[in-house]
Amino acid sequence: MKFIKFLLLGIVFGIVMTKSEAVSWFRIQEMFRFQAFHMYGIIGTAVTLGVSGVALIKKFKIRDYQGNPIVFSPKDKSVSRYLLGGSIFGLGWALSGACPGPMVVNVGYGYWAMAIVFFFALVGTYLYGVVKNKLPH
Amino acid sequence: MIELLTQPWSWWFSGAMIAAIMFFLLFFGQSFGFSSNLRTICSAAGLGKTNKFFDFNWRSQMWNLVFLIGAILGGFLTKQFLSTDAPVQIAQSTIEDLSRLGIGAPESLQPAEIFGLEAMLSLKGFMILAFGGLMVGFGSRYAGGCTSGHAISGLSDLQIPSLIAVIGFFAGGLIMTFLILPLIF
Repeated sequence: MKFIKFLLLGIVFGIVMTKSEAVSWFRIQEMFRFQAFHMYGIIGTAVTLGVSGVALIKKFKIRDYQGNPIVFSPKDKSVSRYLLGGSIFGLGWALSGACPGPMVVNVGYGYWAMAIVFFFALVGTYLYGVVKNKLPH
Repeated sequence: MIELLTQPWSWWFSGAMIAAIMFFLLFFGQSFGFSSNLRTICSAAGLGKTNKFFDFNWRSQMWNLVFLIGAILGGFLTKQFLSTDAPVQIAQSTIEDLSRLGIGAPESLQPAEIFGLEAMLSLKGFMILAFGGLMVGFGSRYAGGCTSGHAISGLSDLQIPSLIAVIGFFAGGLIMTFLILPLIF
């Protein structure tokens, strides 16, 4: 039962991503070609509200539903891993038109081809684990 | 009401909903980051036996796998009850650019030239799907997060690493869009 809330949030996420058309290859192409405001509007609104909300959580030391402090752990300092890893991600994002979340939302919508994309995303994650120690981080 | 929901949702409402999902996850003691599921699934599949990177208590990430199942359901429910399956209303300039690549104007949510059955079963089409997925999976773990973990959660916390990752997302995306896609299609 403790997982029900995550199931519901996942469902809402799937619906929002589909109805906003952020799961569409067309929308991702339009974004990378800077030909519409739509995707920037979605991400920009989320981040603007996100920055304000996170600042409020920190300022008022808001706790989670169990009374534990909400903590934000700073990510490891590096440039190479974020720039290189991010660029590889971007190449895949623009080709397949989907990041990991939208992949599975597309499968639910009935685009079976996205199951292939998702399977190979698993393979890619595994490959990263294999060559991890040889990469600049 | 239903009519309002079946239309495509505005960017501001969608963005606000995404922020709300992030805050609910924080309130429930977790954080918004979808690509972690890829590593979790590798671990659940037993790959931790051969590789230390996947040797962790994946059950602690069960909540995120449940979120993933929910996301699939969300896509399914939208298709069944909230969809008109109308063509995505992208900019005319994008339609013109894509037609030069041989991708027709939208007829539904996705281009049949990439996600249709015929494309999926052709060698070239399969390779496009496979390499796309491969790079997303490899890149997201290398960068330590995807759009949700870096562009939404990380930027909301004003994390410099996330800003660098997002710059990377766009560097890769622009190279693919303007340099590689014209060679593929």
